[in-house]
Amino acid sequence: MTLALAIQGLRKTYPSGVEALKGVDLSVEEGDFFALLGPNGAGKSTVIGIVCSLLRKTTGAVSVFGYNIDRDIARAKSCIGLVPQEFNFNQFEPIVEIVTNQAGYYGIDRHTADQRAEKYLTQLQLWERRFDMARELSGGMKRRLMIARALVHEPRLLILDEPTAGVDIEIRRSMWEFLRTINAQGTTVILTTHYLEEAENLCKHIAIINNGLTIASSELKTLLMKLHVETFLLNIKQPLTTVPQISGFTLSLVDDSTLAVNITKDQNMNDLFQELAARRIDVLSMRNKTNRLEEMFMRLVDRGEL
Amino acid sequence: MTLLQQWVALKTIVVKEFMRFIRIWIQTVIPAAIMTMLYFVIIGKLIGSRLGTMHGIPYVDYIAPGLVLMAIINNSYGNVVASFFSAKFQRHIEEMLISPMPNYLIVLGFVIGGLLRGSVVGLVTGVVAAFFVNVHIYHFLIVVLVATLTSVLFSLGGLLNAVFAKTFDDISIVPTFVLTPLTYLGGIFYSVDILSDFWRTLSLANPVLYMINAMRYGMLGVSDINISIAFTIIIVFVIGLYGYAVYLLRYGVGMRQ
Repeated sequence: MTLALAIQGLRKTYPSGVEALKGVDLSVEEGDFFALLGPNGAGKSTVIGIVCSLLRKTTGAVSVFGYNIDRDIARAKSCIGLVPQEFNFNQFEPIVEIVTNQAGYYGIDRHTADQRAEKYLTQLQLWERRFDMARELSGGMKRRLMIARALVHEPRLLILDEPTAGVDIEIRRSMWEFLRTINAQGTTVILTTHYLEEAENLCKHIAIINNGLTIASSELKTLLMKLHVETFLLNIKQPLTTVPQISGFTLSLVDDSTLAVNITKDQNMNDLFQELAARRIDVLSMRNKTNRLEEMFMRLVDRGEL
Repeated sequence: MTLLQQWVALKTIVVKEFMRFIRIWIQTVIPAAIMTMLYFVIIGKLIGSRLGTMHGIPYVDYIAPGLVLMAIINNSYGNVVASFFSAKFQRHIEEMLISPMPNYLIVLGFVIGGLLRGSVVGLVTGVVAAFFVNVHIYHFLIVVLVATLTSVLFSLGGLLNAVFAKTFDDISIVPTFVLTPLTYLGGIFYSVDILSDFWRTLSLANPVLYMINAMRYGMLGVSDINISIAFTIIIVFVIGLYGYAVYLLRYGVGMRQ
């Protein structure tokens, strides 16, 4: 299968001397929904900038659907749609013109460009505002405008650099739904995000970059299975003053009606509940202390575990 | 990109650039007409009537080619420097940089935008000039060629200024401290023959002198310099600056780290 994106040994040193990438390797399969994660300054946007030729690499190889960006840059660019982190459109241009002009830059005739602008602006609930100046849009609308603009040449690979940053939950969820549909129709999607819940909801594969290096890259499920310990919070009926001692389990009191318990992969929750019931402690509800991906992310990035 | 796709891409930039300055025609076209009118009224008519002739031509007629070309120069340069720097500043230049458009097409698109603005302003100032002067165009083709090549040359100049500019100050420094002196000292209002040898020789180092004299030759049939040399210099500058602009875009100078 052709890889949508193949990166080998990518390094980038800025003129200031800052070494942003120290050897990133990535493989994204065609049709995948891929998350690129990492803390601020890890190098995610630098990777994207190089792939989209907005930045020059120092060394390494990048191919988009088999087109090497050193030898076949025009074909590689034709395959990519980019939704950058910062707003980068003319604030004084009508919305519909931003989208149709972008189509024009890819050599798409005006008639087709108009049709596609209507299609994507409608799908992203912006068609009614098409003659408004871009600066008149809200933050969420501006993000959706950048998605419509990135899709107007119908790229095979859509790259979104924190597309839901600063967007309210309702719009975020509608954007997720839209991206799922685009992906289901065959577009490969690469996403960077700080919302790990977003990655866990949408993505099949993830890679984690830290300090300019790829520290993990695999199927999301596989990575999550590597989590040895998860912390659950139990909401209990009767307030407690002391931590119950249960053999084999580590418990702590968060407050007088919340118990935190660490469960390893080998332990059984039923055993815990039986022990609690024997001590007349009724559990009303239970939830993860952090989401699983967040837990794994922290372990990898902060503690280098797994 | 196929040739047809490149044509569509070029047309997109050109139409966008044209619409940009036409939408704000009060800021982009009218000021040049007013400035030219003031020059004709004050320097051409009021002062010029006391100066007599230059090369046997009434003074107000003598300065007409230079005034029209000055408007073309300023507007071609101003159009591209403002448009390209604004695109850099707001980062929507990235819309073009991520597309498969070749760099020479991006340069060409902006230059044609500058040429269109220069042409519109040139026509408007030409119409204004017609109210004050009594000029029969000596060689129409030369006028069109000089106006076009000069406009292209200064559009490229504006592009280069915008590529290197980091702040809005940077795009006003060159027009104020370089372009305006070169234009005014390029013989708009006088013949270099009236200068002493030293200043005349120094003036020959000013490329704008060749353009203004070529324009004057086309409109009036008189020039301080050889018309072939003027064309050679303009064309060499155009080719050189175009190649340099494409080179800068290719290596992302001022845009890609």
